[in-house]
Amino acid sequence: MANDMDLSRAEEVEAFIARTPLAQELGIRCEVMGDEMTAILPFQEKLIGNVSIRALHGGAIAAFLELTAQAQVFLVTEHLTHPPRPINLTIDYLRQGHAKETYARASITKMGRRMCSVQAVAWQDERAKPVTSLMAHFMVGGD
Amino acid sequence: MSDEPAPPLEPWQVMAENCDVITSVIPWGRRLSFRITKVEKGHVWGIQPWKDRLVGDPDTGVIHGGVLTGFLDNLCGPAAMSALSTPHFVATLDLRIDYMRPADPRRDIIGEAECYHLTRNVAFTRAWAYHESRDKVIATAAGAFAINKPRSIDSMRSQYGE
Repeated sequence: MANDMDLSRAEEVEAFIARTPLAQELGIRCEVMGDEMTAILPFQEKLIGNVSIRALHGGAIAAFLELTAQAQVFLVTEHLTHPPRPINLTIDYLRQGHAKETYARASITKMGRRMCSVQAVAWQDERAKPVTSLMAHFMVGGD
Repeated sequence: MSDEPAPPLEPWQVMAENCDVITSVIPWGRRLSFRITKVEKGHVWGIQPWKDRLVGDPDTGVIHGGVLTGFLDNLCGPAAMSALSTPHFVATLDLRIDYMRPADPRRDIIGEAECYHLTRNVAFTRAWAYHESRDKVIATAAGAFAINKPRSIDSMRSQYGE
């Protein structure tokens, strides 16, 4: 990715999603608007975790949120040549994820020299009714 | 020669008998291809095979952290369920993952989870992911699970296709 010198950072984020096998496996798309982005997880049968209640799998939503947070940090941290590595994360499962499209956005709570703190939220019909939230730390330098 | 009925099976016994199918009934579990390999009361073991499609960094071939999250979540849940004396549905309340070191590319990951405390409503679990032993962990997890409504042993069995 360091070779893509001519790409804008938004294009690099899109390229990251396009070339990361797990992001492709989940079927993630992202819409970058300046320094903000919305990630979209289209519904697919394989994302189901509980067949009888047709709920999305918590692990699939968590992976979606982790990729969203990683992409958001990459988007706004100009000196990064690669998407940042996670240090840790906490996931709150707030509501059942239904068998439909899911959206996510991440925001940076604190950008440090070596580490940064990020929060991300996934929702479906109403943004005010989050399905899952995530808090994570990523390395952004001094690896 | 007593006429007393056999004591009912505990959830972990039904799970131990159906180890190999516990994850095959979960679509996302099938895509991750992980398996549960052993169940004891309050303790489960599993394996997450390396797969091309689960890679997070195509330059190194290292599996994405999000796969470990799903894997450890899926060990903690059964660990919680297996700790109970009577069957209940459980739901993840929260899960914390710490990444200690990257996994080796193209190598299967082993995991184990234990339920270390139970209250009436909540099961507390922790889990480890590693290649060889818990002395050299790739990631650890701590999860809390809500213990929801009771279910029958038969409903567990039919879920596993028994």
